[in-house]
Amino acid sequence: MAEKKNLLQRLAEGQIWTSIFRGGGVPKSRRQRMMVVLNSVFLHLHPVRLPKHAVKLKFTWCMGGLSFFIFLILTISGILLMFYYRPTIEYAYTDIIDLAEQVPFGIMREIHRWGAHAMVITVWLHMFRVFMTGSYKPPREFNWAIGVVLLLLTLLLSFTGYLLPWDQLAIWAIAVGSNMARATPFLGHEGPGAALLAIGDINFVTVASDVRFALIGGRFLGEATLLRFYVLHCIGLPFVIMIFMAVHFWRIRKDGGISTPV
Amino acid sequence: MEGFKHLIDVLAKPTILVTFTFVIFFFIFPPSDWFDKWHRRLKFDALWGKKSLIIITGLLIAFFVFGLGDPDFRSIVLKPDNVPISGLIFLVFFFTWLSMSQAYKNDELQEAGKPVDEHYDAPNDKVLVWPDLVYVELISLVLCSAFFLLWSIGLAAPLEEPANPSESPNPAKAPWYFLGLQEMLVYFDPWMAGVVLPSLIILGLMAIPYLDNNPEGAGYYSYKNRKLSIAIFMFGWLVLWVLLIVIGTFLRGPNWNFFGPFEYWDSHKVEALTNVNLSEFIYVKWMGTGLPGNILLREIWGIIITLGYFMVLPPLLAKTWLKDMYAKLGVARYSIFIVLIISALTLPIKMYLRWMFNLKYIISIPEYFFNF
Repeated sequence: MAEKKNLLQRLAEGQIWTSIFRGGGVPKSRRQRMMVVLNSVFLHLHPVRLPKHAVKLKFTWCMGGLSFFIFLILTISGILLMFYYRPTIEYAYTDIIDLAEQVPFGIMREIHRWGAHAMVITVWLHMFRVFMTGSYKPPREFNWAIGVVLLLLTLLLSFTGYLLPWDQLAIWAIAVGSNMARATPFLGHEGPGAALLAIGDINFVTVASDVRFALIGGRFLGEATLLRFYVLHCIGLPFVIMIFMAVHFWRIRKDGGISTPV
Repeated sequence: MEGFKHLIDVLAKPTILVTFTFVIFFFIFPPSDWFDKWHRRLKFDALWGKKSLIIITGLLIAFFVFGLGDPDFRSIVLKPDNVPISGLIFLVFFFTWLSMSQAYKNDELQEAGKPVDEHYDAPNDKVLVWPDLVYVELISLVLCSAFFLLWSIGLAAPLEEPANPSESPNPAKAPWYFLGLQEMLVYFDPWMAGVVLPSLIILGLMAIPYLDNNPEGAGYYSYKNRKLSIAIFMFGWLVLWVLLIVIGTFLRGPNWNFFGPFEYWDSHKVEALTNVNLSEFIYVKWMGTGLPGNILLREIWGIIITLGYFMVLPPLLAKTWLKDMYAKLGVARYSIFIVLIISALTLPIKMYLRWMFNLKYIISIPEYFFNF
């Protein structure tokens, strides 16, 4: 045992280790512990030091951190799912079955599905915590608004993903959701005011040109809808949410870190 | 046993459940001193003690365990996509309790002139991120990962029959987090329930920090100094969002009819739809003249009521009941605040108009898809 420990120690002081983790050795002194945060691109998302209530679970509930971590789980499991899943009406459903029955370690879809549900809940609870501690108050007003956008994007990501298994649950849930778009004021063909957007007998907002048509890529849920939701789910919305997340995290630091009593 | 199940079915009816919630809500989350007085007199403050946490969690678990013995309850609660909502009920209760108990503790500390629990003496009371925070994070990540692995191994993700556009399930439900919106469809047309109100929810949430100009209670749990804002938020979040989701998930069956938790989802259950528009009330029932052909004449009463509600009521309130608030918020903040609040209140108002008078629309102009 003693020899093994020496090996680890030697590794930690060796050229390879110290080239990756500046400072060398296990961070034990105060200076080393500060440097380990400052020198890491990932850890320096944090400040070096925090108020003591910021590390207490009963204050933070860890919900913001968990939301981000679940987002990472969803990204990784989602990438793995993309290896197998083909977004066409012909293959989508059978690929989903294959995911569970043919693919080794076939619980990737389960992790992705339950993770998605959990992320919706953790994001809500994070918002609840931030409200209850009054952490939206100046100077953090803008970051709260960014957070609301992130909440909306989380729901949209979950909503677009809901269609992809292309089973009865999926298409009818999306049917209920997208049918509401019909009734969008002015922009949906059954929405109030849409009939006003016309020149003579020519309507601009019709069943083949309204906002629902843009959302589902046709007059009915079909091939185009599946592809559209797939692209939004895998590329479009993750791209947008990552930008907002970057701003959200950046602003936490710029607004003075975790909120504290004045 | 059957009698108890029947009692629960009756109590869960939206009319009773929602009315009970509305009546009791502001005594549990008092928005003003008057409510706070009664809140304490009725001993609701004991809700945020440790004993209540154990008792209520125990009762919730007992209810679920008892319910799972019933085939109808089981078939709905154990539907894979409904499992997260059962979890949500427990989580929402626990975290409401957790925040409120800390808030009450801090209120007491402040009253005694002591610093709140989160008080820290900058910069002496700071801790290092490495190791004090990173190990909390690491443990959370490991536990969270283990939790998802176990959940995923134990419970298969929902997958139904292949999609069939010609065969709609009954009921066809939106994803569970939108079921509050689908529940609003009972009382509103889709343009309100699906577009306008959700947009107002998003805008209203974003507006919170700009409307709430009370500087108290930033950075720590508290209630006393922020009664009104917390009570309003709790009402929106617990009642208009979570409760409607729970109703939409567990208590809405075929044809979006209401079913108690122990009731069989009978798709042939008949519910009379005798809903009547305001114009029909006025012209047909009261005046006995039949509906006028002119749309404007037909709907003028509804238009007057709606305009009065949105245009006359806010300045009236500013002069009378909400005078102090108007003075505190100023014209711009007050206007946005009051429009958001009375828009949210249209939901309970329309619920009760429906339940009491079978009123369908206040303004009904189907010719232009404008029903309100």
